[in-house]
Amino acid sequence: MTAPYMGKPISRVDGRLKVTGTANYAAEQDPPRLAFGAIVRSTIASGRIATIDTAAAAGASGVVTVLTHRNAPRYAGPPHKAMVDPERGEKLRVLQDDRITHQGQPVALVIANTLEEATHAATLVRVTYSAAPAITDIAHARAVLPTQQKTDQGERQSPVQQRGNPQGALAAAEVKVDHQYVIPRENNNPIELHATVAAWEGDRLTLWDKSQWVDNVALEMAAIFGVPPESVRVVSPFVGGAFGSALRTWAHVPLAAMGARVTRRPVKVMLSRREMYYGTGYRPHTTQRVALGASADGRLSAILHEDEQETSTYEEYTEAVLDATRFLHSCPNVYTRHRIKRLNVHTPTWMRGPGEASGVFALECAMDELAVALQLDPVELRLRNEPERDEYRKLPFSSRSTRECYRVATERFGWGRRNPEPRSMRDGRWLIGWGMATATYPSNWAPAAARARLLPDGSAEVSSAASDMGPGTWTSMTQVAAETLGLPMERVRFTLGDSRLPNTPPHGGSMTMASVGSAVQAACRKVRADALARGSEGNDLVAAMRRIGQPVEATVNATPGADAQKYSKHAFGGVFVEVAVDPDLGETRVRRVVGAYGVGRVMNPKLSRSQCIGGMIGGIGMALMEHAVVDPRNGRIPNANLAEYPVPVHADSPPVMDVIFVDEHDPHVNPLGVKGLGEIAIVGIASAVVNAVYHATGKRIRELPVTPDKLL
Amino acid sequence: MHPFILERPTSLAAALAFRAQAGRNDAPAEYIAGGTDMIQLLQEDVRRPDRLVSLAGLLDRRIDVGPQGLRLGAAATMAEVAAHADVVRQYPLIAGALLDSASPQVRNQATMGGNLLQRTRCPYFRDVGYAACNKRNPGSGCSAIGGENRWNAVLGTSEACIAAHPSDLAVALVALDAVVIVRGASGERALPLDDLYRLPAEAPHIETVLQPGEVIAAITVPAGASGLRSHYVKVRDRASFEFAVVAAAVALRMDGARIGEARVALGGVGTKPWRVRQVETALAGSPLEPAVLRAAAARAAEGARGHGHNDFKIELMQRAIVRGIETAGEHA
Ligand SMILES: Cc1cc2nc3c(=O)[nH]c(=O)nc-3n(C[C@H](O)[C@H](O)[C@H](O)COP(=O)(O)OP(=O)(O)OC[C@H]3O[C@@H](n4cnc5c(N)ncnc54)[C@H](O)[C@@H]3O)c2cc1C
Ligand code: SF4
Repeated sequence: MTAPYMGKPISRVDGRLKVTGTANYAAEQDPPRLAFGAIVRSTIASGRIATIDTAAAAGASGVVTVLTHRNAPRYAGPPHKAMVDPERGEKLRVLQDDRITHQGQPVALVIANTLEEATHAATLVRVTYSAAPAITDIAHARAVLPTQQKTDQGERQSPVQQRGNPQGALAAAEVKVDHQYVIPRENNNPIELHATVAAWEGDRLTLWDKSQWVDNVALEMAAIFGVPPESVRVVSPFVGGAFGSALRTWAHVPLAAMGARVTRRPVKVMLSRREMYYGTGYRPHTTQRVALGASADGRLSAILHEDEQETSTYEEYTEAVLDATRFLHSCPNVYTRHRIKRLNVHTPTWMRGPGEASGVFALECAMDELAVALQLDPVELRLRNEPERDEYRKLPFSSRSTRECYRVATERFGWGRRNPEPRSMRDGRWLIGWGMATATYPSNWAPAAARARLLPDGSAEVSSAASDMGPGTWTSMTQVAAETLGLPMERVRFTLGDSRLPNTPPHGGSMTMASVGSAVQAACRKVRADALARGSEGNDLVAAMRRIGQPVEATVNATPGADAQKYSKHAFGGVFVEVAVDPDLGETRVRRVVGAYGVGRVMNPKLSRSQCIGGMIGGIGMALMEHAVVDPRNGRIPNANLAEYPVPVHADSPPVMDVIFVDEHDPHVNPLGVKGLGEIAIVGIASAVVNAVYHATGKRIRELPVTPDKLL
Repeated sequence: MHPFILERPTSLAAALAFRAQAGRNDAPAEYIAGGTDMIQLLQEDVRRPDRLVSLAGLLDRRIDVGPQGLRLGAAATMAEVAAHADVVRQYPLIAGALLDSASPQVRNQATMGGNLLQRTRCPYFRDVGYAACNKRNPGSGCSAIGGENRWNAVLGTSEACIAAHPSDLAVALVALDAVVIVRGASGERALPLDDLYRLPAEAPHIETVLQPGEVIAAITVPAGASGLRSHYVKVRDRASFEFAVVAAAVALRMDGARIGEARVALGGVGTKPWRVRQVETALAGSPLEPAVLRAAAARAAEGARGHGHNDFKIELMQRAIVRGIETAGEHA
């Protein structure tokens, strides 16, 4: 037998490729005869294209062709829709008509022999518009109920939910807090820019794409171009971060494929950083009201949580902002209402911890305000309201380790030494503040397939369409496969990121380990059993394969069982933050973060810690700096770059980032007992920072980010 | 990106000739030194020169510290100057401002001359999707006024432009009375750095008094500025690698427990690096007492005007001055 691999801190199997620059990303594909596409984008937010003059561009050096709505290939049908797409509305049909719904909408694609020629010629396309009134000022836009709303689990639900008598309970509460919290738009800023290389051979299309879901890109291209899905192959072995921006298929993907179809050459379309603010993803702006009522001894009697979230005029994107509010803390009277504001912007999308990152921020800030009002320790307040079961779904939790998380994290942090008085702790000039928050994220599991193939030499090839945007799917799947097969890891080659491989759900929602991992495990179990049965060599798989003398293969589709419906399944955590605030200059620096998480089985503590510190740093960005400014006058984003849109750099990453995984055995979530942790790692961090800033300064900031001007 | 021809003249005279044929700002021929600012602006289509004239190898990159003071060749990089032992010892304000600028990679590439002439970070200037920008497109209007203007200036602004000058180095140099040595086809001239920059007034596209073709050849700092107690305060939204929200360069000569002489300049708040002589006058002879410093710093606000989102800078810059004096004063 080989050593067990699951649960071991194994280094990335693709680490060497990455650090030597030999892991190839989408934009690095250079098939022969490659041409380059540059997108011309609208500079108004609403209206129609009046004239579009492409003569100068078409005549410029190296230009092959210019596509506009006049000459672009027509969509064969409506774009295919999937679970990552909003149910209501239809995504942008790129270059299909003259209508403009948002700034930065593609209005032309210039294709040239070189990137320089394409980008230059793109500046020569002259577009005039007849502008229509646009709704770009979120402060004055009307909030409406969405036509429908989905939970994190994909169940439809009403956007208004109520249990008990929240209004009455709030009115009667001995202690209450009632405030508004604002999170501005935050843009997904993975370091790898989005890029697609498209190549047609007859009616067969190959795409090298930055994608978190290759299967879906293939289906969408098949629908747009009217070819059978089997004719489209999407390849995406490496993804340089995405945080959700590569879940949906954005307009540049069909554009690349259109360009390749028309020119009969492979075409590469690569977005600039500025374009990433107009054509891919962002966390929507939310304004939330949280009202909490409690008894004098700190028992919650009422929670009212309402939110307003931006979306586009053409799709009704909604996030599960309020889901956690209904079960995180025990409370008999709860009201949640989710509303949207339809603006002339492009559709928001999933950004790390979507829904929870926003909703839990407001809820956990409000809990801190309540603790202050009650003169109660914020951890104690949460312990007094620890639910026995999910009071919304009326189901037991498959597991919930909040108490244990608070216990180990407070101990590690030294929380007991906290003086609750604001402005009471100092380090020289700096005011020191300690704050905390609870974190949660649903443990999702969707059907996935995997193939395992044993070779006569005793090695194995295991594969699945999945992707790896950084968490380490390459590595963790190799661990699962090797351990299940009983082979050394060096003898197992795992492959992912190709739509020809067995289907998987999107690489998002923290469900890859659960879904793909379960499929890999099941396929490996099956192939091992088959080979042992055929090889008649007892338990010696290598000997069995030698005797069989030819490959043995199994493909298995793993689907959640009925057990899944009997429990409320979520990961939980407690995060504790120390900040230092310069009281004169208003600068806030995070010095320590301690996060304890109950996430079921931890497949690889080394990769998991990386995931979590990435989430912590992301949370610091959300708390202190990220803000995509949407110009209320015209919907443009003036700071669409990485200079005026700061994200944390190394100097902002706290010297201490402690990640603790509490022991948690959850037999109900999925066969592997994993809950997923990509998303929960960011949830709660921003609230813990804001709560710490309050503790340091006595100032309660309710609008992110906490920049120096707000603390003067 | 607009196509251009890269000229690599082998003599400065040849370089001067190329550029002199062109007009003042954003002309058909432009110099390029380290390229860290120029290339961004080319990529964004903000600048569209037909020719780029490379200054590589044509300008002095020596750093000399002597009894006459400091002399920095225009081609010296930010990294070289920041690491120079004599600069660090005698002109720590300059080294400090440089180390608080950009990142090691940028500092390895960027030059003194280019740093002083880098263009504003006003985001509307840098996004050609905004039609209105008087600096980029004279007479078109100003998108920052009436828009999000947290990044913009509160001092030296006009109805036409409120763009902040971005350089940290220039703030430290202006505080130390630096002089730029300018070379043109007709020879060399010296002018105070403070006089190099023009206020935007009605013509924000004309940013300096340089004549077409003139290059910055060197920067000198008088010896009188050496050995001062100094501190560069840079307030920003993250800990590193970001332009200033507000900056204050402070240098002091102490006279016992009192301030003998003070030099104070501000960054992030002015349409040019902003020397505040009225604050200096108020500080001369003062003790290092918070109330006194605060009162002196308040004079920096004379003539300041916020545009909404940047109103806070008027208060923050005063606090930055106080912090700068306190920190410099502590270094006894
Ligand atoms: C990511 C990033 C972060 C930054 N952060 C900061 C910061 O925090 N603080 C800060 O101060 N700066 C910062 N900068 C700006 C940086 O300091 C400047 O880009 C740099 O100093 C410009 O020098 P260069 O040699 O690369 O100039 P170039 O880009 O080559 O030229 C800039 C301009 O100067 C002109 N020019 C260059 N040399 C001469 C000369 N000798 N005579 C006449 N004209 C000349 C060019 O024609 C051009 O107009 C940052 C830049 C980047 C890219
Ligand atoms: S402030 Fe100056 S640079 Fe900025 S938009 Fe206005 S005119 Fe242009």
